[in-house]
Amino acid sequence: MVVRFSGDSGDGMQLAGNIFSNVSAGVGNQISTFPDYPAEVRAPQGTLSGVSGFQVHIGKGVYTPGDKADVLVSMNPAALKTNAKFLKPGGVAIVDIDSFKKADLTKALYQTDDPYKEIGLDAQVVEVPMTSMVKAALADTSLDLKSIMKCKNMFALGLICWLFDRPIDSAKNLLKNKFSKKPAIFEANAKVMQAGFDYGNNIQASVSTYRIESESIRPGYYTDVNGNTATAWGLIMASEKSGRPLFLGSYPITPATDILHELAKRKDLGVKACQMEDEISGVCSAIGAAFAGDLAVTSTSGPGLALKSEGIGLAVMAELPLVIIDVQRGGPSTGLPTKTEQTDLMQALYGRNGESPIVVLAAASPTDCFDMAFEAARIAIEHMTPVILLTDAFIANGSSAWRIPENDEYPEIHPHFVRPEMKNTNWRPYYRDDESKVRYWAIPGTEGFMHRLGGLEKDSVTSAISTDPVNHEKMVLARKAKVDNVAKDIPLLQVQGDLDADTLLIGWGGTYGHLLTAVNKLNAEGKKVALAQFRYISPLPVNTASVLKRFKNVIVAELNTGQFADYLQAKNPGVIIRRINKIQGQPFLVKEITDGVIKIMEEK
Amino acid sequence: MEEQKYTAADFKSDQYVRWCPGCGDHAILAVLHKAMAEIGVPPYMTAVISGIGCSSRLPYYMNTYGFHTIHGRGGAVATGFKVANPAMTVWQVAGDGDGLAIGGNHFIHEVRRNVDLNLLLLNNKIYGLTKGQYSPTSDRGFVSKSSPYGTTEDPFIPAELVFGARGTFFARSIDVELKVSQEVMVAAARHKGTSVVELLQNCVIFNNGIHNFITDKENRADRTIHLVHGEKMLFGKNMEKGIVQDGFGLKAVELGKDGYTIDDVLVHDAHCKTNFLHQQLAMMDGHNLPLAIGVIRDVESLSYEAEVDKQAKEVQEHKGFKCLRDMILAGQTWQVK
Repeated sequence: MVVRFSGDSGDGMQLAGNIFSNVSAGVGNQISTFPDYPAEVRAPQGTLSGVSGFQVHIGKGVYTPGDKADVLVSMNPAALKTNAKFLKPGGVAIVDIDSFKKADLTKALYQTDDPYKEIGLDAQVVEVPMTSMVKAALADTSLDLKSIMKCKNMFALGLICWLFDRPIDSAKNLLKNKFSKKPAIFEANAKVMQAGFDYGNNIQASVSTYRIESESIRPGYYTDVNGNTATAWGLIMASEKSGRPLFLGSYPITPATDILHELAKRKDLGVKACQMEDEISGVCSAIGAAFAGDLAVTSTSGPGLALKSEGIGLAVMAELPLVIIDVQRGGPSTGLPTKTEQTDLMQALYGRNGESPIVVLAAASPTDCFDMAFEAARIAIEHMTPVILLTDAFIANGSSAWRIPENDEYPEIHPHFVRPEMKNTNWRPYYRDDESKVRYWAIPGTEGFMHRLGGLEKDSVTSAISTDPVNHEKMVLARKAKVDNVAKDIPLLQVQGDLDADTLLIGWGGTYGHLLTAVNKLNAEGKKVALAQFRYISPLPVNTASVLKRFKNVIVAELNTGQFADYLQAKNPGVIIRRINKIQGQPFLVKEITDGVIKIMEEK
Repeated sequence: MEEQKYTAADFKSDQYVRWCPGCGDHAILAVLHKAMAEIGVPPYMTAVISGIGCSSRLPYYMNTYGFHTIHGRGGAVATGFKVANPAMTVWQVAGDGDGLAIGGNHFIHEVRRNVDLNLLLLNNKIYGLTKGQYSPTSDRGFVSKSSPYGTTEDPFIPAELVFGARGTFFARSIDVELKVSQEVMVAAARHKGTSVVELLQNCVIFNNGIHNFITDKENRADRTIHLVHGEKMLFGKNMEKGIVQDGFGLKAVELGKDGYTIDDVLVHDAHCKTNFLHQQLAMMDGHNLPLAIGVIRDVESLSYEAEVDKQAKEVQEHKGFKCLRDMILAGQTWQVK
């Protein structure tokens, strides 16, 4: 069951959606959410550009926020106009009829007096006088009109809770936490929420309530987590498992800023999160912290990654552990700051001067951000290399229910430290482990291991500055071998779906939920399709070529013009790679993938 | 005097020093080795971090921890380093191009944050490593390879940037003034916070003699003044001249002339919180007033890395968690049995 809340960006749709998701997760539903909000903090009220949406999918077997909604809540005509396309034909549209006056329609650029007909709305419309009901509910309070109007979202939430049979007390509890320091505001909102719930109860006539199946899930404690928070937590877990203090150097940038926010809060776990003066100092302060011996991280989005390029190159040359989180958004340039895309892949792989191979990973879902942030840190520390973790606006802001892991579920991380006996063997900073090619980490403050690192090429034997041609080639190849060797330390590529399939659908990173749902759907229709979702991009899992060869059709679906397809094609010239692409700042719809796969399968 | 635990040799690396013969950097390096021995912090507790440029090669010549980073970013790297490991004594070395052009943003912000770093700013008013372009400290009209008809822009005066960014320490010396250089380096290391030391340095190849007006032996005593906290501001070959207040400004006078006596001469107060007089002293350029060397400003304030550390410890003490799992469990959760 999919619900979409829509309203002005000041209407509190994100809050209403979040509470509804959390309450649903609390009764055992799987959830997947998708906040879809404008870049402007507050666009003019009631206009099309100011509409903010929040979609949540609840139930069993939920891997995406759903292509289209069963129920759409629209707080004004602008929200209805921009969101009607996300409603299933014949679905339920709940509107605040008090906000559909002539002036409201004009503001949202309607030409006629019949908004439903004008936009061709195919829905059971439930007209609710929300504004007047809210005013009536709060008539005896001392709140001013502006504050009263801010409670409208809670009326909608109360109504939706009734419609889906959600426990309204849990919703109130969540709200109480949110307004723990403003009891009067909480009281007003709770009252309005109850009024919305009661209103539903009283007008039952028009729509029936929904009952949603729950899934039996693994026992344990659960919480609702979005991708950015999960990323921050995964890094903290890696810090605990490696014994290295966590340092973040960052600069605010949409949609990555929540990682900075979360880690700044985590001073309660000893995290040092520094808001630096720009993106460059974000990465450079992290490099300094890595030199000092910390698990060092910088978080950003595409434009920030561009600014960090030179710094990442320094970390390549100095062979220091460094984690770079890129929460991808629509580009190029400022592009679509709040929208999702997978267009930074080539930048992550190649966006530096010189031969500068690094490890690139991608998280597949909001909760997978935890695991992949942990992996990024593990690989950086154990292999003395920068690692870029690609997430995206969709999984960074979207949330899912997540089982809180026990402390022993993640492995210990072993930093590649110098060993005390090396002090007596004329140790040099660029000495490497023969097999892995990983150099040894000497933490400043340790007696007997003073050394100088730098961006200039170094001699492979003495570690002094060197411009020797043969030595340079040797060092370039050593750095490459070091990164290539990481392939031995990552899981094999998994194939899911129909085991007799002759068609392989490939995705990477945050499209996993949509691709999995599409493959499940195709399998259910008897189509022989399997799925391989890449989370390790550079180096690729060692079985990649052999997996690709098993299939007649190989299709890469991604939210760009074919960056991963090109990359795979270059490494597997014998395989014909087909493509499904979308570059609209929006996630795939499952239907777009199933249609695309069927079309390619039928061509043959 | 307490016996020194270290000698200059303990801080010298085995690397061949590659600066041009006659470059002012050689003298500064030698003084730094001596200053470090005097400061007494062990080499393994010392880190020297630089950007790019002639002067930024300096870390390779130190037997300490060192990092030769990328152009302009030494300050940002040093900030992260110091926050991560506040126990280390951190030196940053930058030139006028590295520190004030490409790294200008990091420079003002590290000074503003007051990170406990000792920042040696080697000012030769030229880009040497790229072979002779004007720098942000070159005077208006300066002719160089990239300004064949003279520059059409005014320079930065490093001290002004430091005061503009609310700096807590500013000192100045000249490559040829070995004693003063050592004195200001030691003072910089003892000051908690960002200690900016401007070192006027001669580029023998591309800008030879740029500081001659000041450094010329004939006139140096009349065109410079060595400021020492608590002492009268006297200068001249026989210390016969002094600095006196003149309305809102400063004036150089000769003692015994125009009725001025030693009592009129200002006593230097480097620890004065307000920086109004410090700024005026730092802006003296050797023309009407002598160029000031020595510690001009040295006031105490909160240093960034110590405050970051303190806050983390306080938060942990009051509402800290043992581990990530405990923190998450204290939030919104539900149990599935």
